[in-house]
Amino acid sequence: MPVLDPAAWTCPAPLRDQPRVVMGHGGGGALSAELVQHVFAPAFGGSVLAQMGDSAAVTLGGVRMAFSTDSFVVRPLFFPGGSIGDLAVNGTVNDLAMSGARAAYLSCGFILEEGVEMETVARVAEALGAAARTAGVEIATGDTKVVESGHGDGIYINTAGIGLVPSGVDLRAQRVVPGDVVMVSGAIGVHGVAVMSVREGLEFGVEIESDCAALGGLVDAMLAVTPDLHVLRDPTRGGLAASLNEIASASGTGVVVREREVPVPPAVANACAVLGLDPLYVANEGKLVAFVPREHADAVLDAMRAHPLGAGSAVIGEVVADHPGMVVARTGLGGTRVVDLPIGEQLPRIC
Amino acid sequence: MKYIDEFQDPELARRLLDDIHSTVTRPWALMEVCGGQTHTIIRHGIDQLLPEKVELIHGPGCPVCVTPLEVIDKALEIASRPGVIFCSFGDMLRVPGTGRDLFQVRGAGGDVRVVYSPLDALRIAQRNPDREVVFFGIGFETTAPPNAMTVYQARRLGIRNFSLLVSHVRVPPAIEAIMRSPSCRVQGFLAAGHVCSVMGVEEYPELAERFRVPIVVTGFEPLDILEGVRRTVTQLERGEHTVDNAYPRAVRPEGNTAARAMLEDVFEVTDRAWRGIGVIPDSGWRLSAKYRDHDAEHRFSVDGIQTREPAECRSGEVLQGLLKPHECEAFGTLCTPRTPLGATMVSSEGACAAYYLYRRLDLTPAAREATPVV
Repeated sequence: MPVLDPAAWTCPAPLRDQPRVVMGHGGGGALSAELVQHVFAPAFGGSVLAQMGDSAAVTLGGVRMAFSTDSFVVRPLFFPGGSIGDLAVNGTVNDLAMSGARAAYLSCGFILEEGVEMETVARVAEALGAAARTAGVEIATGDTKVVESGHGDGIYINTAGIGLVPSGVDLRAQRVVPGDVVMVSGAIGVHGVAVMSVREGLEFGVEIESDCAALGGLVDAMLAVTPDLHVLRDPTRGGLAASLNEIASASGTGVVVREREVPVPPAVANACAVLGLDPLYVANEGKLVAFVPREHADAVLDAMRAHPLGAGSAVIGEVVADHPGMVVARTGLGGTRVVDLPIGEQLPRIC
Repeated sequence: MKYIDEFQDPELARRLLDDIHSTVTRPWALMEVCGGQTHTIIRHGIDQLLPEKVELIHGPGCPVCVTPLEVIDKALEIASRPGVIFCSFGDMLRVPGTGRDLFQVRGAGGDVRVVYSPLDALRIAQRNPDREVVFFGIGFETTAPPNAMTVYQARRLGIRNFSLLVSHVRVPPAIEAIMRSPSCRVQGFLAAGHVCSVMGVEEYPELAERFRVPIVVTGFEPLDILEGVRRTVTQLERGEHTVDNAYPRAVRPEGNTAARAMLEDVFEVTDRAWRGIGVIPDSGWRLSAKYRDHDAEHRFSVDGIQTREPAECRSGEVLQGLLKPHECEAFGTLCTPRTPLGATMVSSEGACAAYYLYRRLDLTPAAREATPVV
């Protein structure tokens, strides 16, 4: 078993600066990645884990499967357009879908805080069951634990899922090459702003509903056009910026985003302007970003737009050989800027 | 909130840029005072599109950057105490004090909360009468009135467990200090529109006249910046030096009189230290004697704090417009948003952070190689 020696770490972003866990370690950015790379991966070992995708591609009994798990600690439990129950299903279903797999079975673990109202638990469970039926997935096993009052936020949920990967489908960041076309399946930043609007009591003039949805059907429609998609990601925590950076880094290519082509609804843009946030870093729950070989791009885009969950699909950029590992945005005015991996969480500015 | 698209229109931007290019005949150095303007300039690549003869110098107007290390350390000390709920705007949490930041205090068990309004902190105080609730009151004339209002309300409602850790600063004395510096190169100012929306423009004509420098009140969207630059260089080319309001949709000449009245009631002008620059006379506010009960520095004994600034950090020169961020040897190597030496690299409005986040690709090959690939 590897012995951790913090003093010997040469990582340019050392954990030695963080002797304790901070919220940013769960933010989906650089701090999260370092926690996994420096603590979890060395402790766990294993070649499958080293793939570091949204889900793991495994072969069992000669069958290719995708396997994934996710935990949900969202506050509040209910928000415009969804609930923690919807997220718990759709999050894991989507992680599997990003491997090209249709989720078949989910597990569901509840961690309940002493004192939470039974009616709340029932509402979450009903939402979870309904989301599973919509996604066409069966909850096959589960677990319940209760923690003392004050030791949780009401309800935490963990789900894990498995699904079959169709033959001929091989979605990995390493397959991305210069010339690939980058597209998203619709408006970005919606979920993050929807949750923020209720959690922080902020109102932005119009109600913004979460885009929380299961993407298995949309991915099926895309794969029906061509199984040769290079990589898919659902840009949840860390937003589109984190997903693009992960892919650029893992593939050793550069990504160019045309900023004005990125679909940002006016309500999201306004909320972000008020709070000093960048929509590219805001979480989504029902969108995907696809890297598609150029020759298939038009057909895949048409297929996405024909699906209800991809009606707002747009080409937002391309893969280049320049600036490997980096994402660069072309601004509306004609300048350029780097789009970095977020460090932890975005912080609203002072004024 | 319908202005975002209108003020980012590429066609209108092109017309303004053409106008600026045809107006400029000589080199000019302009300072945008506010960090929000700096970020708009760098994020949209406006500096890349202006004529080479127009240089934009980044000013000291980032409230997070200029908050002195000593005050940050006081915040860390107060936030660490049992029984205290320490409330702050989000971007102060990652600013390094001596050896730690507010996130680390929270990770170690401190009750540090991000709020979106100081009034949220007051509500927390009302709900937690057995705890001491402290709000970190920093910023320029923009944030000072709501913070003053919070203390006013606390007093009116008899909320005794609420106090403010104050480090408010004022723009006009900073402009004066910059112009008095022997190494000053600034020939025109893009004044901070949000500050003027509160204070009006009455403080500026005397400065413009005394230093013979045009001051153009400027907003924060790309077209605002371009219009501010256009009007400033037009004055400079004509040899004029007046105060011009290019942000009339937000700024009235008299400002916001209710906000100013609140400021005058709750705060009094004082000398204030600016991180990286030093003490500027009359450049800050503190709570007036009438409200001293709500001053966290009086309520908590936090004297005798020993601060330690990293020797390599040259953010003071950046804040005074004497050095561009990428001209600092530590930029992108020793100093990154992950390992900041100074607040200019960590604040969302800091000039160093803007250059690192948006421009390191074309500015510093060394920094590009040093980019952490995760």
